[in-house]
Amino acid sequence: MADVTLRIFRGNREGGKPVDYQVPLTPGMVVLDAIHSVQAHQAPDLAVRWNCKAAKCGSCSAEVNGRPRLMCKTRMDSLPLDQPITVYPMKSFPIIKDLATDVSWNYKINKKIPPFQPRPGVEWKMYQRDVDRVQEFRKCIECFLCQDVCHVLRDHHEGDRFAGPRFFVRTAGLEMHPLDGVSRIPLLKEQLGIGFCNITKCCTEVCPEEIHITDNAIIPLKERVVDEFYDPLTMLFRKMRGK
Amino acid sequence: MTSKYETHEHDVLIIGAGGAGLRAAIEALAQGARVGVVCKSLLGKAHTVMAEGGLAAAMANVDRADDWRTHFRDTMRGGKLLNNWRMAQLHAQEAPDRVRELEQWGALFDRTPTGDIMQRAFGGHTFKRLCHVGDRTGLEMIRTLQDRGVALGFDVFMECTVTKLLKDGDRVAGAFAYWRESGRFVTFKAKTIVIATGGIGKSWSVTSNSWECTGDGMALAYEAGAELLDMEFVQFHPTGMVWPPGVRGILVTEAVRGEGGILRNKNGERFMEKYDPKRMELSTRDVVARSIYTEVREGRGTPHGGAFLDISHKPPEYVKRKLPSMYHQFKELADVDITKTPMEVGPTCHYVMGGIRVEAETGASSVPGLFAAGEAAAGLHGANRLGGNSLSDLLVFGRRAGFAAAEQAKKTAMPTLDASQIESAEREVLAPFERSDSENPYAIHHDLQETMQNLVGIFRNDEDLRRALVELEKLKERAACVHVEGSRLYNPGWHLSRDLHNMLIVSEAATLAALARQESRGAHSRLDFPKTDEVVWGKKNNVIVKKGDRMTLFEVPLREMPEELKQILAEDK
Repeated sequence: MADVTLRIFRGNREGGKPVDYQVPLTPGMVVLDAIHSVQAHQAPDLAVRWNCKAAKCGSCSAEVNGRPRLMCKTRMDSLPLDQPITVYPMKSFPIIKDLATDVSWNYKINKKIPPFQPRPGVEWKMYQRDVDRVQEFRKCIECFLCQDVCHVLRDHHEGDRFAGPRFFVRTAGLEMHPLDGVSRIPLLKEQLGIGFCNITKCCTEVCPEEIHITDNAIIPLKERVVDEFYDPLTMLFRKMRGK
Repeated sequence: MTSKYETHEHDVLIIGAGGAGLRAAIEALAQGARVGVVCKSLLGKAHTVMAEGGLAAAMANVDRADDWRTHFRDTMRGGKLLNNWRMAQLHAQEAPDRVRELEQWGALFDRTPTGDIMQRAFGGHTFKRLCHVGDRTGLEMIRTLQDRGVALGFDVFMECTVTKLLKDGDRVAGAFAYWRESGRFVTFKAKTIVIATGGIGKSWSVTSNSWECTGDGMALAYEAGAELLDMEFVQFHPTGMVWPPGVRGILVTEAVRGEGGILRNKNGERFMEKYDPKRMELSTRDVVARSIYTEVREGRGTPHGGAFLDISHKPPEYVKRKLPSMYHQFKELADVDITKTPMEVGPTCHYVMGGIRVEAETGASSVPGLFAAGEAAAGLHGANRLGGNSLSDLLVFGRRAGFAAAEQAKKTAMPTLDASQIESAEREVLAPFERSDSENPYAIHHDLQETMQNLVGIFRNDEDLRRALVELEKLKERAACVHVEGSRLYNPGWHLSRDLHNMLIVSEAATLAALARQESRGAHSRLDFPKTDEVVWGKKNNVIVKKGDRMTLFEVPLREMPEELKQILAEDK
């Protein structure tokens, strides 16, 4: 089969530039295969993260032809092969080298979210219909593509005040857990900045696990914030209790 | 003395952040230890996320007759009685509590109609025993453990690779490592260390394992003087993808068969009727892998050299619900809709039953202060592991190793690190930068994988294994001159040059042990010794240890099983 051109960003914190590599195409090849071929034969020091190569670990996130994708899941034959395929690191995170970015910010945000805590004295019975919607959120493989594409982070750099879609998904999974006894609603409003999201659904579009991030996680959480903080009756009640 | 490097001090240092490492960390924290976790990848990406089908525990939620005795018997029979019976007993007894604990930490398993944890059938298990979440059980488990550990507060050192265990006299004292990102060195000082680094599958070319599975922990322990047990037993999972080439080896969960999937050859024959008419597709992995391999070798394989695995007789919605990631994997990577068309599958290197020889109760190795758990440790699975017994292994023995390591740390003073050991570790790791005009590590890795695939695969014989040892010697020589380009900043070529060192150690261990065992048992099939030899080889394990600079092998007799366990084994259900 023919060769294709991969235009890969090479560089580090100090800067860099795209470099072209010719790669022989094989049947069913994915972008990560092509990157591995470049590593093995042309650029052994090309930095890239990957683990499972089966879209289960969420390590090989990058921007392929300008679109946030998992490289292990992006078939070469789904891309126009008559022009170079561009592979760039995720833009929303500081670059380390080549395709590897510093995603440590996500791990810091994650620590702010109180973990699952069962209500005292719960009976450990749950029914499939009650766990279905939470299981959707737990499919998240932490590829951070939703974080990468979210304009609040990507263009407005609001990382200090805004947790991003991944952590609304995690919070939704905890808030909607049938046996959980903690409220994370004040946290969502005050520290995780859910109000910044204006539901453009970019995150939902790029999610490789097809989680309905906006419809099933963010909007219901926004509703809970509204109910708790802006419902006239609740507000009155809160005033009366002096809170 | 150590001021040259960043140094961290903990009571318990855990190397590896998959299921076993995280469970060990959680337990050591619960015992009041200061715990550090070092891992090669980002937290939550360890190979445990690839576990699909489920976690075996005799909860008896679906089949009321199940109990630990039956689970024990299934595990021992699956392992062809070479298992450490005490580990098999503890595992079967404790797995249900470990599952309930996960649920109490927030894991959400699929449910039965009565609101309990759902369990599915799997190869070699008498009853429906595997607690699961669709086909992404490993992800659920690792995320639950990760969240729990973060909430309890362990120190995590992500993308940090340990290259040497440091010793203080006979005991372990710490570890020497590099940061993948910067290439800078770091030393860890610890009273005890738990190795939980997983498997060795990256030494074979057709493998379900990720780049991480290079046998690091076993090699580190071996070089520190620990013993490796049962290294000849390498599990080839019967069903990996075979087409297209880029996905060759990627796992197709046994849950496909657990949910009713049928294997056929190119003539449409359900060939498992010939090899195991009683259990058919749900026979143990060693049997199913050999059966598929034999069908292909005898000319009855599929167009791409595998077998057909068909689940399309089940309703499409059911398939998508119970096997969602398989559905997507085949649709996106192979253009196959598994609700309509059979999959093409073939054996793929998946798991090693062998590993660091440990005490059943504590996970302690023969080196004072050094513990091991999970795939890096050996004993529970004997000659062949049952599907679903790995995730429960991680929890049961991760917890036990974490507990024992913390207890021992309480009774131990902080060791001192020896500057000369650190200096020699540094020299070793930097050497590939100083050479020129020699090979890059990718070429050597490729040849190692071909050697192991062709000569130490599913079927073995004396001639191939001897040839493999000769080839491994040559590869060692080539690896000793490997050259690395570029800087120390996030340089995968450099990282691979170190991983190669470990892969060569575990590959040689697997080959030596395979050559020694002159019989066929479980995952170890010798064409020149096709029979299982209960009289001689049924009574001993192979152990590998470093003597001077040489890898040497000795045999140890199996320990006598207590009468009550013998009785359980004798019962037939």
